[in-house]
Amino acid sequence: MKKRLISALLCTAMVASMLAGCGGETVSSGGGSDEEEYEAGSAEDFDWKNYDGTTINVMFNEHNYSKAVIEKIPEFEELTGITVEYSSTPESNYFDKLNTSLSSRSGTPDVYMTGAYQVWEYAPAGYMEPLDNYINDPAKTDPDYNFDDFIPAVVDGLKWDTVPGHKVGEGSQWALPMGWELNCLAYNKNVFAEKGLEVPTTTDELLETATALNEFAGSGSYGIAVRGTREWATIHPGYMSLFSTWGAQDFAIEDGKLVCQLDSEEAIAMTDYWVNLIKAAGPPQWTNYTWYEASADLGAGKAAMLFDATSAGYFQNFEGASQESGNIAWSTIPLPEGKSEEDMKANIWIWSLAMNADSKNKDAAWYFIQYFTSPEYMLWSGTEGASPDTPRTSVMESDEYKAVVGSADNYLESIAALTENASIQFTPQPYFFECTTTWAETLQDLVTSDTYSSTEEAMKALKEELDSIVSDLEISE
Amino acid sequence: MKEQKKNSAAVSELNVLPFKTRMLPYMIVAPALIITIGIMIPFIMAIYYSLTNYSFRLPTYSFVGLKNWIEILSSTDFWKAVWVTLRYAFFSTVIEMGLGMGIAILLNNLNNKFSKIMRVALIFPLMVAPVTATIVWQLMLNNSVGILEKFLNIFGVYNFPWAASPSTAMLTAVMIDVWVNTSFCMLLVLAGLQSLPKSPFESAKIDGGSVLFNFWNLTLPMLKPSLYIALLFRLMAALQEYAIIFALTKGGPGDTLMNLSLTAYQNGFQFQKFGYALPYILVLWVFINIVAKQIVKRQRAAQKQAAGLEE
Repeated sequence: MKKRLISALLCTAMVASMLAGCGGETVSSGGGSDEEEYEAGSAEDFDWKNYDGTTINVMFNEHNYSKAVIEKIPEFEELTGITVEYSSTPESNYFDKLNTSLSSRSGTPDVYMTGAYQVWEYAPAGYMEPLDNYINDPAKTDPDYNFDDFIPAVVDGLKWDTVPGHKVGEGSQWALPMGWELNCLAYNKNVFAEKGLEVPTTTDELLETATALNEFAGSGSYGIAVRGTREWATIHPGYMSLFSTWGAQDFAIEDGKLVCQLDSEEAIAMTDYWVNLIKAAGPPQWTNYTWYEASADLGAGKAAMLFDATSAGYFQNFEGASQESGNIAWSTIPLPEGKSEEDMKANIWIWSLAMNADSKNKDAAWYFIQYFTSPEYMLWSGTEGASPDTPRTSVMESDEYKAVVGSADNYLESIAALTENASIQFTPQPYFFECTTTWAETLQDLVTSDTYSSTEEAMKALKEELDSIVSDLEISE
Repeated sequence: MKEQKKNSAAVSELNVLPFKTRMLPYMIVAPALIITIGIMIPFIMAIYYSLTNYSFRLPTYSFVGLKNWIEILSSTDFWKAVWVTLRYAFFSTVIEMGLGMGIAILLNNLNNKFSKIMRVALIFPLMVAPVTATIVWQLMLNNSVGILEKFLNIFGVYNFPWAASPSTAMLTAVMIDVWVNTSFCMLLVLAGLQSLPKSPFESAKIDGGSVLFNFWNLTLPMLKPSLYIALLFRLMAALQEYAIIFALTKGGPGDTLMNLSLTAYQNGFQFQKFGYALPYILVLWVFINIVAKQIVKRQRAAQKQAAGLEE
């Protein structure tokens, strides 16, 4: 009798807790589809002290951009009376940690650092608050904020209408830029001078020069550093920039479906070239390389060239940053046969600040985002804060900025040359991370093993795989 | 029955037990009950969610039946992950058990200052978190500053790829696992050795048994229960290994080291497909359950046998 009672109790408890667990999952779609009329206040209501006493929580990826923000947090706290709690996580684990926090829908963090590609995942899921109503509300935004001062390509990269396959630039403003990065070739000018080599301008020259530079400073030194870990970050810098310059693209819309284009002639030829380049002159432990390792090798004089973000080399170049600081110079993207300078298509990455749609302190969170994207802060971070790629035109054109960043050899010139065609070269869609991780895995297989008999075979298999990943996406107009 | 009830009702009227006393049995069972429920809830939830398309990416989720299971069981990724899991567990456990036993026997036979120092020193790896150990190893394996590269250079081997190549990645991961966990096996075996009775060995000595004879017919059978315990713990942990592989290569190069745990993590946290990630973990649970049951059964049998020997 008692046994039965206990087991009955146990069952009831279990069922009850299961039901409770299930019931808790109904979730609103967040701020993403907020279409309601919004009433803006008047400029007289704006005061930095409006949210005095509030505490907000911020999550940063470990980066020079976040280091600069963290340095200025005390000043922000003093100005606004808002207390800021923050955490800073290395890049390879940052987004996993952020995903988990956001999906709990607890409202923490209120503000988080994000990239442009993450918008495609977070915005449809309702983890991002659209910022338009804040930017356009004079009661919430400092009259000196000057939104139009942002470089259009950069803020547009953070706008999206949440329809998979649609290009960025339309729809809500999901985040604001802290800094942006183009991808191009950086090199150690001392090594090139010593060896009497010219900076490569074509892909053939790049392969040749990189191979000739192997062991330029003894065993372990090599021609060109690029990323190689099994994750999305391996695809988007040098690889994607050259991929687009070569004339290839990742997806196309055909009959209301996304269709992968990685089996195109250009995609196969480019990937084949890239694999050969890594095999011939890449880092010996390429599959472990994130941008930290790749750029550190250029700074330590182990790699002669780096094909990565503009700022990755910059961080190694300012005085005292590394052994080779001061010796680094920048070039553009080496051209494949038959392409001209107009075809250079650098892929861009935008480190940004976004607001959690579930945040309970949205106005205070907006103050934080506003302060750390303001012209005044941007001028400081672009010059003294070691965040070279400023998203604001006024900063770019200021004398202080030109004096500091312009001293890096050919840095601003490279950016100017590439800016025209630079944009996000990926097709926005929510399976971005799954697709690019699979893509990186195929690259690793091609470089390190004999899994595939040819690059063509690998790319055809990869296309099939990516097609099946995005198969459930319907492209509505 | 009815008669009895009447009686007991009559008795209870006269002799009512205080509430506390009546509740006592339930109170005693309560902690175990709560713990059981606590263990079972996540497990049952996992089974439930594995039948849905639950994802951080979607605002709601819906029931999809066995779709996830069918997709996973028919994908090559899954079988590859099973194969990697089994190979990793096999190699690391076999080497750790072999080395652990060897070192324990040596330490047990030697009884001097050196062995006493070694007993303490050999436990150090156990105090290091596996992720930390892996990062330190990565430094040692680095081709430009690593001490192992310098060591291999003596033999004319340059730029050994370690974790960067599919052909040596498993070896590297197992090597780190062995470094971290061998001392655990050693500790258990050493404890087992020290609890062995002296008399059988003394009689064997009188009868002139060889060292090998003693080992095979006395030490090993009596040591078996401890060996099975060490095996149980190590095998269960090796089947679930996550920390070392993730810190070393995140499962790469390619998908060389993608075992069940890592594949589940990748699908769940990186690709945000929770419903799709759970079957991997549930399959792993079934695996471990089967393996653990087999080992426990054998351990009991060995214990009985060892006890029989003793009498």
